[in-house]
Amino acid sequence: MAHDQSYKDRKFEVVGNRFKRPDGVEKVTGKARYGADTFAPGQLVGRILRSPHAHAKIKKINTAKAEKLPGVKAIITSKDLPDLTNGDIGLQNILENCMARGRALYDGHAVAAVAAVDEQTARKALKLIEVEYKVLPHVTDVDEAMKPDAPLLHDWIFTSGVDPKPTKPSNIAGRTEMGNGDVEAGFKDADVIVEKSFKTGQTHQGYIEPHACLASVNPDGSAELWVTTQGHFSFRNTCAALLGLDFAALKTTSSEIGGGFGGKTHVWGEPVALALSRKANRPVKLVMNRDEVFRATGPTSSTSIDVKIGAKKNGTITAASAELRYQGGAFPGPWAMLGCMTGFACYDIKNMKAVGWDVVVNRPKSTAYRAPSAPMAAFAIESTMDMVAKEIGMDSVDFRLKNVAREGTRAPYGPIYGPIGIEPTLEAVRDHPHMKAKLKKNQARGVACGFWFNIGGQTCTDLNIGTDGTVNLTVGTVDVGGARASLAMIAAEELGVPYDRVRVNIGDSASLGHNDTTEGSRGTFSSGMATIFAARDAIDVMKERAAKMWDIPVEDIVWENGVARATGKKHGNLPTLSLKEIAAKSHNTGGPIAGHNEITADGAGNGFASHICDVEVDPETGAARVVRYTVVQDAGKAIHLDYVEGQFQGAAAQGIGWALNEEYIYGEDGRLQNAGFLDYRIPVCSDLPFIDTKILEIPNPNHPYGIRGVGETSIVPPLAAVSNAIANAVGVRMTQVPMSPQRVLAALDDLDNAS
Amino acid sequence: MTDSTLVSTTINGDSIEFACPNDETLLDALRNRVGLTGVKEGCGTGDCGACSVTLDGRLVCSCLVLGVEASGREVGTVEGLTTNGELHPLQEKFIEHAALQCGVCTPGFLVAAKALLDKNPDPSETEIRYALAGNLCRCTGYDKIVRAVQATAKDMRKAKKKKG
Ligand code: FES
Ligand code: FES
Repeated sequence: MAHDQSYKDRKFEVVGNRFKRPDGVEKVTGKARYGADTFAPGQLVGRILRSPHAHAKIKKINTAKAEKLPGVKAIITSKDLPDLTNGDIGLQNILENCMARGRALYDGHAVAAVAAVDEQTARKALKLIEVEYKVLPHVTDVDEAMKPDAPLLHDWIFTSGVDPKPTKPSNIAGRTEMGNGDVEAGFKDADVIVEKSFKTGQTHQGYIEPHACLASVNPDGSAELWVTTQGHFSFRNTCAALLGLDFAALKTTSSEIGGGFGGKTHVWGEPVALALSRKANRPVKLVMNRDEVFRATGPTSSTSIDVKIGAKKNGTITAASAELRYQGGAFPGPWAMLGCMTGFACYDIKNMKAVGWDVVVNRPKSTAYRAPSAPMAAFAIESTMDMVAKEIGMDSVDFRLKNVAREGTRAPYGPIYGPIGIEPTLEAVRDHPHMKAKLKKNQARGVACGFWFNIGGQTCTDLNIGTDGTVNLTVGTVDVGGARASLAMIAAEELGVPYDRVRVNIGDSASLGHNDTTEGSRGTFSSGMATIFAARDAIDVMKERAAKMWDIPVEDIVWENGVARATGKKHGNLPTLSLKEIAAKSHNTGGPIAGHNEITADGAGNGFASHICDVEVDPETGAARVVRYTVVQDAGKAIHLDYVEGQFQGAAAQGIGWALNEEYIYGEDGRLQNAGFLDYRIPVCSDLPFIDTKILEIPNPNHPYGIRGVGETSIVPPLAAVSNAIANAVGVRMTQVPMSPQRVLAALDDLDNAS
Repeated sequence: MTDSTLVSTTINGDSIEFACPNDETLLDALRNRVGLTGVKEGCGTGDCGACSVTLDGRLVCSCLVLGVEASGREVGTVEGLTTNGELHPLQEKFIEHAALQCGVCTPGFLVAAKALLDKNPDPSETEIRYALAGNLCRCTGYDKIVRAVQATAKDMRKAKKKKG
C-alpha cells in the first residue's frame, strides 16, 4: 500500500511536548531487565579465553586439563564454529573475529571459550586451557601499517579502488576518492592556503552496560537468544547464519539496552554463547567484563588526516582537499569512506577532493561509534577552517556562513541537498547570547560545525487496539533512550487518544518482520514513520467498523481527533463514535482492530549542528576544561523535547571526552595499556558544565511529521570546537586529539621556545 | 569449589541469609544469590558507580566489597528506595526531568544522590557534581541528572519546612 510520506505542515497536539516516559518507573526502581539481568533454568556461565598477543600464530590449543575440571560442561574453539559462510567475506570476518581461526589478530582476540556451572569454575577452567602461540610481528598505528614493509595482517587484502590492481597484498584495504571541480586550479585562485596534518586517538563508545547475552540451543535446532543489542533482527540473522540455524528457529529478544552508540550493532560473544550452549545442551549466560569490552569489542578508528584549504581574501573557499587514513582494526571497514563523505558536507565548495584510505592493524575490529568517522574528519577540517579564517582576518562564523551549503548545493557524496539546516544553525550560533558572554582569564571561545547523514531502512510495526480503547504499539527498533515515549506520542497524535493510552513494546524477532538495526539515528525517524502509517491503517479499519455500526457507507465517515464522524447532510446528526466505543464493539463488527506497516523508510533528512564551546586552559598544567557549551542542531521536528535535548547533550559530552581525555594507548608489545574506566577516562559529572541546547526545526520533507534523526550529529563538532577554543585561549593549534594536559603543555613549551 | 560462608544480613530492611563463596563480591551476591539485579556491574573495579549501594548507611561500590562483609550489617539498594509503593522523590524527579536515557546508570545515581541528600539537603551545583563524580553516565552528559537532583533537594526542603 502506498502511503503519503511527505511532510504536511500540521498542528500538533501531543508531539513536541515533554511526557513522562512509559518505562520510567521500571528503570528507576531497578526492575528493568538489561542484558545481564535474566536467568534460565539450568543456566551455565560462559567465559572467553583471549589472546595476550597483538599478533600470533595459534599452534596448538590443549583443552584436556580444563575438560577434566568438575563442573565444566563445554569447551569450544574455532573447530566448534565451522565455516558455513559460503565465501561471504563479510560474514567470514565476523566469524573469525568472534573466535580466532589459527591466528590471533589483536590483544583480546577470542581463542577458546568455556561453559561451567559457576563463575569460579569457569575462570579456573580458562587457566587450564593451554595455548601454544608463535608470536608474530604486529602493527597498531595507521601510518605505520601503510608502509610497504609493515607486518602483514591478511594475505587476501589487495587494495581496492586503485588502478592497476596491486599484485601484492597489503594492509591497505581500499582507497576512496570523491569530489568535484578542479582542485589544482582552485588552489591557484586562492589568496591564502592553509595545510595541516592531524591525528586522532582511538576511542570507545563506553556504554556503561557491558555486552551480555543468554543463549539456549536445543538439539532439534530451535534456539533462543536474549541479548543487549541495537539490532536483534540482524543479530538473529548473523548468529543463525554462523551456526547453521533457521532464522525462524532462533528467537531473539532484545533486553533493555544500557547504551550502545553503535557499539552494539555488531555480534561479538553471541555466536560463542550459542555454540557453547549447543555443545553443553544447556542455556549459557555470557557477560563481558569491562576489560573485555575495551580489548575485544568495536571501538572507533584512530586516524591520520591531512587537510588543505584555499580561500580568497573575501572569504570564498576556492579549493579544499583532504587525505584521510582510518584504521579499522583487524578487519576492513568503510570508515575512511565515511570520513570522505562527511568532512566537507557543511560547505559549498566548487573545487573539492577527498581521498580516503581504509587500513587494517592489530587492534580490535572497529565498529560504528555515533556518526562514525565524521568527528575525526570534522576535527581536521573545522580546525583548518578556523586557521584560514584567521589568516584572512575574518570572523570564523562569518567565514563559515560565507561558504555554507544550502538547499541545491551538491553534497560531497553526490546528491543535491534538499532543505537543510546548516545555515540556520550557524546564524543561531552567531546570534546566541553565549557568543557575547564575557570570558575570564585564560578562557576563550571556539565554534565548529558538524554533519551526519541519518538513515532510514527496513521497519515493521504493529499497532493493536484493545477492547477498552487502549493501544499496544509493537516496534522492532530498540529503545536506546526514550524511544518508547516518542513513539507513544506519535501514535497518540495520529489516533487522537491521550498519550497514556498507548503502551509501546519492543517486539522480539519472532513477533515482527525484519527491522534493520537501530543505528544511523533511525529509531524515531523510521519507527515513527511506520507508527504513523500503522495508525492510519487502524483508523481505516475503525472507519469501516463505524460504517457497520451506523450502517452507512464508509466514504461518508471521517476520522477526527480520536472519533469517527459521519459527514454529509444525510448522517450529519449522528453522534460521533470514539475509538473506545468502536473498540468495545469490535467483537461484533469483525474482530480485533489492528494496524500494520512494513516499509523501507526512505528520505532520512540530513542532520547539521553548530556548537559553541568556552574553555579555560591552565597554562601551568596544560589542562583544558570546558566551562560553557551550547549545542544548536536541526531536529526537523522534535517529538519529545527532553529526549532530543538529551541526545544533543550526551553526544556533545562524548565529543568533549574524545577531545580532551579519551584514547586507546597501546604499548610497544601491542597490548592495550588502559582497558578500564580508571585509565580510559570518560567525562565525569564534575568535568562538565550544563550543556545548553537550542533545537531548530527545519522540516524534513520526506517524513510525514518532518522528523530528522537527532542522535548522532552533535558528537561531530566538539573535537574542533574545543580545539578552536584552545587555540583562541593560548595561541597554540593542537593537531592531535585527545588534547591532554601533556600535549597542550608540550605545545605551549614549543611556542615559548619558538618566541 | 571455593569455601563458602553463611551470610546473615539485612537488605532493604529485610533479614536475608545466603551462602556466599568467600571470594565473591557483594555485587555478585546481590545479583546472583539475592536476585537484586537493580544493582548493576559496569566495570567491576570501582570506577563507574553502577553498583552503588549503602552499607550501614555509607555509600560503597558493591563490586569492591565482599559478600561476606555484609554479615550483620545493613545493605541498601535501589530496590529499597520505594516505600509502601511510593517512589522516592529522587525517582520521581529523575523521570520528570528525563535524567535517564538508557537507564543503566540510574540505580547507582539514585543511591549516590540519596546518600548525598541525606547528608547535605542543600547542595550547590558543584557539590552535586563532585558527589556524583564516582558515577559514570555515558548517555546524558549529566545535565538533566544534576537538574533532577537540584529539583529534588528543593522539593524535599520545602516539604520538610511545611512539616515542621
Ligand atoms: S561495577 Fe562497581 S564501580 Fe563499576
Ligand atoms: S543513562 Fe545511559 S549511562 Fe546514564
